Parts: sequence; C-alpha cells; structure tokens
Amino acid sequence: MSDQTPVLRLEGIVKTFPGVRALDGVSFSVLPGEVHALMGENGAGKSTLMKVLGGIHAPNEGQIFIAEEPTVMTSPMQAKAKGVVFIHQELSLADELSVAENIFLGELPLKGLGRVDWAKLYADTDAILQTLNVGFDARTRVGDLSIANQQMVEIGRALTVDPRAVIFDEPTASLTDAEKVVLFEVIADLQSRGVGIVYISHRMEEIFKITDRISVLRDGQYRGTLNTAETDEDEVTQLMIGRSLDLSRNESHHQMGDIALEVRGLGCGSLFQDVSFAVRKGEVLGFYGLVGAGRTEIAETIFGLRTPSAGQILLDGQEVHISSPIDALRLGISLVPEDRKSQGLVLSMNCRDNMTLPQVDDLTAGPFVSDGAEVAIFDQYRDKLDIRTPGWRQIVGNLSGGNQQKIVIGKWLSMRPEVLIVDEPTRGIDVGSKSEIHNLIRDLAAQGFAVIVISSEMPEVLHVSDRIVAMHSGRVMREFTSDEVTEDNLIQAISGITEKIA
Amino acid sequence: MAELKKTEIGTFLAKQGILIAFAAFMIGFALANQRFIELDNVFGVIRSSAILGVMALGVTFVVIGGNLDLSVGSMMSFSTIVVLDLHDKLGPGLAILAMFGLTLALGAFIGFLVGYLKLNSLIVTLGMLSAIHGLTLTWSGGKNMDIANKSGTWFAVFGQERIMGIPVPILIFALLAVVLSLLLSKTPFGRKVYAVGGNGQAATFSGIPRARVVFMTYLVSAFCVATAGLLQASRSMGSQNTVGQGMELEVLAAVILGGASLMGGAGTVFKTVIGVLILGFIQNGLLLVGLDFYVQYIVTWIIIILAVWLDVAAKRGRLWSPIA
Repeated sequence: MSDQTPVLRLEGIVKTFPGVRALDGVSFSVLPGEVHALMGENGAGKSTLMKVLGGIHAPNEGQIFIAEEPTVMTSPMQAKAKGVVFIHQELSLADELSVAENIFLGELPLKGLGRVDWAKLYADTDAILQTLNVGFDARTRVGDLSIANQQMVEIGRALTVDPRAVIFDEPTASLTDAEKVVLFEVIADLQSRGVGIVYISHRMEEIFKITDRISVLRDGQYRGTLNTAETDEDEVTQLMIGRSLDLSRNESHHQMGDIALEVRGLGCGSLFQDVSFAVRKGEVLGFYGLVGAGRTEIAETIFGLRTPSAGQILLDGQEVHISSPIDALRLGISLVPEDRKSQGLVLSMNCRDNMTLPQVDDLTAGPFVSDGAEVAIFDQYRDKLDIRTPGWRQIVGNLSGGNQQKIVIGKWLSMRPEVLIVDEPTRGIDVGSKSEIHNLIRDLAAQGFAVIVISSEMPEVLHVSDRIVAMHSGRVMREFTSDEVTEDNLIQAISGITEKIA
Repeated sequence: MAELKKTEIGTFLAKQGILIAFAAFMIGFALANQRFIELDNVFGVIRSSAILGVMALGVTFVVIGGNLDLSVGSMMSFSTIVVLDLHDKLGPGLAILAMFGLTLALGAFIGFLVGYLKLNSLIVTLGMLSAIHGLTLTWSGGKNMDIANKSGTWFAVFGQERIMGIPVPILIFALLAVVLSLLLSKTPFGRKVYAVGGNGQAATFSGIPRARVVFMTYLVSAFCVATAGLLQASRSMGSQNTVGQGMELEVLAAVILGGASLMGGAGTVFKTVIGVLILGFIQNGLLLVGLDFYVQYIVTWIIIILAVWLDVAAKRGRLWSPIA
C-alpha cells in the first residue's frame, strides 16, 4: 500500500491562535482505499486540523497536497471541488427541503431561464441514493427522516462530486447499532472505489473494526501513526493521553449508610411505569439501558422537571413532593443533566457564575452578590475537581468538554446535595477526562454521597456502580449487585429478554 | 512575541470597540465644529437623549433576558397622555402615581404573556404597540393633552429645572442608569437575567424560575417607560398622542449599538448608555456640520449597520467569513 500515491497529504501544518499553538507541525497522509483514523482527546487539535483542511483556517506554516499536488484551501466549497469532502458530526441540512434539494444544495441542475431541472435533479439524486442503498427517495422531506437517514443524506452530498477523500467527523455519535452497520457498509463501498477516508471518532471499538491506520494527535502535536492490525486500545490510549486508562470493574467495598433516596412504584405517563429502587449513602447506583428506556425521564421526574402520574419519592424515609427543580434543590437533590451544552451550562457566562448559579440567592452581602463568597466556592471546587482554566473569568464556552463537564459537576456538588444524579457523566469527552470523572464519582460515594449514575456505556456503568438497575422500555427489568452482573446478563436485561424479577 | 502583542491589541479593540468608535466620533466632530464640545451643547444633547436613554435602560434588561420589546414607544405615548390628563383632575402627585401604576400594569400584562404563557415576544410587543396606541387614543379621544395652568404647578420640575446647573432629566437618567446597572451586574436578579437569556433551559435546570425572571424584565422596562413619559410630559406640559411613535426602534438601535446581543445573555447598562450617547451625539454632530435633518435618518442607519458589522467582525476575527 505504501507505494501508492496518497490522495491527501499534510506536511508540517502549524496553526496558532492568540496565545495557543493549536497545531504544531502535524503531518499525515491518506492512501487511496484506506480508512485512516484520526484520534486525540478533545482539544488535541482534530477540529482545527479539519478546519485547516476545509479552508476555514489558513495554516501559519505547512502545506497540503492533494494527489501530491500542493494545494491552498480557501473554502469548503473549493475543497469539495478538489475532491475533499466533509461529513460533519452536526448535521447541516435544511429540514423543509427535499432530499434531492439538500444533496444538490447550491448546485441544483438548471435548464433555460434559470429554472431548476427537476427531472434531472431527482434522477441524479436517486442514482446517488441507490449506491447508498437507502430506503427513501429523492422527494422525501429531510425533516421526516431519522437522524441516521439524515446522515445518509449528508453522505449523499459528498457523492455529488467524485470524491478523492471523505472526512467523517464522529459519524456514529447519534446512530443505533443497526444504523452503524449501514454506515460501515457505505464506508467499505467508498473504500473499494479507491476513496481515502479520514475517520474521526472517540470510539475505540469502531476504530478497531473499520480502520487500517490510526494517527494520534496530542496537544496539537502529531504523536505517530499506527497500523490498526498491529496495535491495541491500550497503546492508542497511551499515545493519546500519555498513560493507560483504568476501566476495571468496580470492586470497592466501603461502608454504606442508610437509604438516602427511595422511589416506590414511580410512573410518568407512557415514559416509564412502576419504577422502584433505593440508593444508600455512600453508594453508586448505576442505571443502564438503551436510549429511550426512560432513565433520563426518571431523573427528571425526581428533580421536579416532570410531574409523576403514580408512585412515591422518599428522602430519608419521609415522603416528599417535588414539583420543580427549586423544590429538589431545597431537599438536597442535584441533577447533572445529560446535555451539558443545552442543559448544564450558560456558555456565554464565565466559569464562576455558571458554578454558583443555583445558589446565587444565598451568596449575597446586602442586596448584592458577594464576589468573595463566589470566588471562594469556585476556587474550592476548581481545586477539588482539578478544573483547568486560566481563571474564573474565563467564558465557559471556551473550555474543553471535560473541563466544562467538571464545571457542571462542581456546580451541583457545591450545593452539597444528599443525592447526586449524574446523567451520562462522560458523554462527548475525551478518555483522559473520562477516567478523572469516574474517579471523582467513586470518591463522592466514598465521602458519603448517594450517587445515581445514568449511562449508555456499559464499561462505564460496570466501572463506577455498586449496583446496577437495568431498564427496558420504561420498566425496571432487573437489579444487579456488582458481584452478579456480567456483560451478558446486563445486555439481556436491557434488551427485554429476561423476565422481570421483583 | 510581536504577533502576540498585535493580537492583544486586537482583542482590546474588539472589546472596547464601541468606546473607541465613540471617542473617534467626538474628536472628529469637535475638529469639524468647535461648538460641538461646548458645555451647553453637550448638556443639550444628553438632555434630549435622556428620554430615549431611560427607555433604553429598561429594554436592555428585556433584550439580555432573551426577548424584545417593541411596545415602548407606544407605551411612552400612553404614559405621557395619561399623566397630563390626570394632572388637572387629580393633581400632579396622584397623577404621577396613577400613571406609574397603569404603565406597570401594561408591563405586567406583556410580561405575563411572554414569561408565563411563553408567547413570542416579537409578536406580543408588536401587537401591544398597536393595542396601546389604541388605548391612548381612546383615553384622549384623539385630542392633544395640555396642562391648563402651566405656571401653577411643580410638575415642570422633572423636565425643565436644573439642580446645581445640571438639567434634571440628565440627573434622573444618570441616577436610573447607576441603580439599574447595579441591579443588573451585582444582584442575584441580574445574574438570573443573564442566565435566562443566555440559556433558558440551563437556567431551569439550575432552579431559576424562568417565567418570573422574564416577567420582571418587562416590569423594569415598563418602569423606565413610565419615567420617560414623566420626563416627556413635564418637559412639554402638553402632548400629542403620537409623541413616542417610532422610538421603539431608536431604543433598540441604541441597545444594539451598545453591544447587547439580540440572542440574549450579553450586554450591560453602561454600554447601553454609551450606545444612547453615540446616537445622540452623532445626530447632533451631523446637524452642526450642516447636514440636512432628513439625511440624518439615513446616516444614523448606516452607522448602526457599520457598528453591528464591526462588532460581528471583531468576534469572528475577520471582516468576512464564509461561515457564520
């Protein structure tokens, strides 16, 4: 393979921003028919590199070669004309337009007097859709498609030119397992046509399944390229974070206290029914299940964001009624929400103000918010959680995902809750921060907090939980202690295979 | 190192761009016409900007909270007509109280619709612009309002007197600006306004009563409108039904010129004051350099567009970008 001409080659790319060297001499190449993974923690420079490649940022130094021809990229459109196309993580489709209009957006075929040649448009689109083997046609409104099918439309867009290189940025982030299979088939098909693929993902499993080589970035620097067949997760992780990651089973057996929170027969319309569980002080209770199993909705109900239609919530043995987050906070329940950007943070606010937001009413001196009290809380939790920020004035939107998540956790910890619910604690953050957050959750339990962790990642649930509640379509299927749980029986439970055990 | 320095200056310019633009305008006009910086001209400009300015202070809260208020001009007409009419019926003190009460009630109504019923603020306040105009005309029967005995009342003090040589409208504008600036930047309420405007869902998850905060921003806005109506009525001692017509857009222009984000979550009272002053001094300066009054509308608009463009460009780091 090495004697082939790379479809795409980057040579010594340097990109600096005020005070930051975002890319520091990055080189790598993609061969025709190769799937080349690009890995690195958040903030390692992957996105910047892609923006340089797409002509959105001009590199300070270095050179891009397409088929060994030096090329200056000026815009994504120009990159596409050169055969380099991007499939973005966040879909950028016009919901109200048809599949065909989206695929040929900006380059609709025309006939006389500037009229759209609809017949040709639909025919061309159907030809592309055929190669993707999808179950919808060119006239379908994009807004009516599932996320996975919308992603196929994005891919269809890439195929309107004869691409030399296609860059996938976290393409499986919102896909189900079945949908992933279809995506991988499409990638294999592109591969067989000699297209070079750059595949950006955090998911090791996929990387090892479909890629040929893996290039790793760390802190803007190129750390090397590995042949996928000759390496393993551990080596890649080490390259990414400079150490290996502990994802062993949770085997701690520290002392647990009384029951902090108990839920009896809780239900909320069709979202979930007859849910009962209890969590003790000093315990981590994991909730595992597929997306849509009702886990997040239970958390939101306990936190007062939804009104239960049945059942009781007991705190320290006393029944409580929680009708708003304000009630929940007063009773000592905190929720670290699933989506940190839309639910956890005000991105335009600084670190300190975000962290103290739920308790700002209590941090006053006279009518005014006390600067000193706020900074004291921020400093305390910055140190405790090892949040890396230049200072509390830093706008939260400028921090990396892991540090943002720590701000959210700090925000809720600083309320000193009795019960802390953490929904998807490590979604979208890099492996290094992930293990820090796992340790943190274990530490919190050891300090006597009752912690509920909701996660869609099995290794995570197994790693942090003392007990695991398995859910399937709105019902608790089974409860496991960490001794009796295995990957197999957990998967069976969340797939609805085992009978419910009371 | 040299590069770092350049970008630091760039960041400074981007942050203080509005102040620098302001200084540049002042120097430019001063060089063109000496009269521009004479004290009584400066006072004159601020005084005539005070009514607009007071309204802009309130709208700043609404905009930072993530909403719009297009009803303030129409509401100011209402306040003016009501206080003038009631002056002769109830006496100045009660008239002022009643006018504040009625204006706040209008603000509460809008706040209820936008905050608690979660209706789109653009539509609600655009509708209220018309509805309140109708209310004003109904109240006045379409006639101009005048205070009958203009010399026999202390009512003129708000619009026409000076204290220690400074016109009272300027003092009221300044006082209100200081109080509201403290309210917005230093109190828990102010923090919540930023949170609700910056990310309403995150605010809810943080236990902030979003509806009540939005409701309160409209009350602040209505209070400012009532104050503006008082200044207007006291200055002229008589008024047409349409005295505030069109001011909602000028107010919004001043707030945006000051750098408040129409998306919510960003802006300050101080910057709005700068925005108000820029608008006032530009109009005055253009007049002094002899530009036709009607041309001012066009030039003012161009300046606002330029300001918004520079603001966006500073955030992007370049003048034009293929992506937003």
